[in-house]
Amino acid sequence: MAELTYREAVAAGIAQEMERDELVVFLGEDVAAAGGVFKSTVGLLERFGPKRVRDCPISEQAIIGAAMGAAMTGLKPIAEIMFSDFLAVCWDMVANEIAKTRYMTNGQIQLPLVIRTANGAGSRFGAQHSQAVENWAMAVPGLKVVAPSTPADVKGLVAAAVRDPDPVIVFEQKSLYAVKGEVPDGEHVDVLGKAKVLREGKDCTVVALALMVPRALEAAAILEKEHGISCTVVDVRSLVPLDTQTILAEVAKTGRLVTVEENPRLCGWGAEIASIVADECFWSLDGPIVRITTPHVPLPSADQLEDATIPSVARIVREIREKMD
Amino acid sequence: MDAKAKGKKAGAADDIGRETRLELYRLQVELRHCEKRAHDLFLQNLVKGTSHLSLGQEAIAAAFGVAMRPDDWTFCTYRGHAHTLARGASMSGVLGELMGRECGLLGGKGGSMHLTDVSKGAMGSYAIIGAHLPVAAGAAWSAQYRGTEQVAVCFFGDGTTNIGAFHEALNFAAVWKLPVVYVCENNLYMEYTPIASVTAVEKPAADRAAAYGLESVVVDGNDADEVYRTAVKYMERARKGGGPALIEAVTYRHSGHSRADPAKYRPEGELEKWLERDPLKIYRARLLKLGVAEATLKDIEDESMRKVDEATAIAKASPPPALEAIEKNVWADGGAAWRN
Repeated sequence: MAELTYREAVAAGIAQEMERDELVVFLGEDVAAAGGVFKSTVGLLERFGPKRVRDCPISEQAIIGAAMGAAMTGLKPIAEIMFSDFLAVCWDMVANEIAKTRYMTNGQIQLPLVIRTANGAGSRFGAQHSQAVENWAMAVPGLKVVAPSTPADVKGLVAAAVRDPDPVIVFEQKSLYAVKGEVPDGEHVDVLGKAKVLREGKDCTVVALALMVPRALEAAAILEKEHGISCTVVDVRSLVPLDTQTILAEVAKTGRLVTVEENPRLCGWGAEIASIVADECFWSLDGPIVRITTPHVPLPSADQLEDATIPSVARIVREIREKMD
Repeated sequence: MDAKAKGKKAGAADDIGRETRLELYRLQVELRHCEKRAHDLFLQNLVKGTSHLSLGQEAIAAAFGVAMRPDDWTFCTYRGHAHTLARGASMSGVLGELMGRECGLLGGKGGSMHLTDVSKGAMGSYAIIGAHLPVAAGAAWSAQYRGTEQVAVCFFGDGTTNIGAFHEALNFAAVWKLPVVYVCENNLYMEYTPIASVTAVEKPAADRAAAYGLESVVVDGNDADEVYRTAVKYMERARKGGGPALIEAVTYRHSGHSRADPAKYRPEGELEKWLERDPLKIYRARLLKLGVAEATLKDIEDESMRKVDEATAIAKASPPPALEAIEKNVWADGGAAWRN
């Protein structure tokens, strides 16, 4: 086991796959010579050369479109969109073209491509560089969607995404880039569509994603220690495919579901999970489902405002305590 | 001296051989007959949804179809019946798809605007303006990366030159020197609005070429020989590493934008003027002048009609798609599961 930062683990995942398969290519803005604006792709240009690691103009439609064209003709591109907010600039390529082409052509066209993007809040960048938009992607049939919360997961899920024959979007939470964690030595490939139970408890099942996972874990420790509330914490990891078996089983054990989402309130991913649990696990529930989300506002930038907008450890503790009373 | 200049000097343009010319004619006739049949089937309520016909623009699709290598790639728009057929896609597959039948190229899941036949290098018809220009660049990148000398050809209308993806793709392809040939079919109308009234330059594609360091190329899109020579020239250049081209082929659509459009916005006499310049009419006259027998042309026309009739019969006899198709082929495993 080596200790890597989340950003180093991203580069390690890409490098592992480029080493294995020379059809894997990587493109994006400032990703090659500069090593990425978040330094998550440092060293790839030096290691794999300018033919495989390519800097692009600020042209998100061209980047994603080129990835699509390359994927349908035999390459396995990884395209970076610098901030997930910029997916809106190329949403036609993502939602209308990449997501639908396999289906519309009745399987004639295969699109083994990966879109990686820095997602979410915590950097005081304001409403156009801080959104958590994984729910946008989740709403479009034909896209696989993962959002890893640890260095090990981001390496393994990037690798799994590259090996998957379908388009996968990897949402990397930008506040996690500096976080360190153990990453297995040697080849590490994870599985899409698998949630992880990180902590087992008796009273309540907390389902979280990406940055909300470490916060949910911290909240669970406080709830246990200071309030005697014992929580299971599930890291969803993959929104599409969704590991409903694990989520339903863990909710059934505690009888309570709390989702912790960075998405704004309306149609955040937790709403879908709440709906599935209500449909399929209703008689195991001992109380109402609780969704802890960002309020339905664009994200403000000032320290105090941003911190108070996305779910914090203190807020998770408070809301679970109130609802569990 | 380029092919075009040579052709002009030769007067009769005999740089294009007889067999190629007959193939160019055959293809134009087939595209015309098939589009007319699509229109008839629509009037019989057998073609649903929308359809965008290439009537009057056949010379462009045909000339590139003949000029392309079998492993080259075509990317076209929702006005893509002709481009798809020109690569050799099955006519019953095209008509069947328009009619929503099981025998359709896409099994009834795409419709008129998404015709695709990967086995023939027809890499899709794209219904969002501009979207396929970056996609074609990506395919060209793949060819360049793997050193296959394949070329991507990307057809689009004049209206596309005013959307962002056009400019992103042209710059991207030029900077990476990609083997892609962009072909703007300027039929003078974006949809219902004259392109000239919404565009800052006179030639919507060619006048923008300089912005990407590309040559300004305008060709008579109703003259299959002219288009063929231009296609050969720029495709070969791209194949040899010379980078992309942007060709503006000036043409005219005989019908409206889509089936819903009677094209009443056209000034009086304009259609008639362009009917005089009908690509099939021009080409037929040229072949006769070059000594091709009337009977040979008649045979091509009869055979084309027979082929269209046969394709129509196959499509009409094909059942609607099975409902199981709805949840098939979202994913590479053939299914549509989003959960376990």
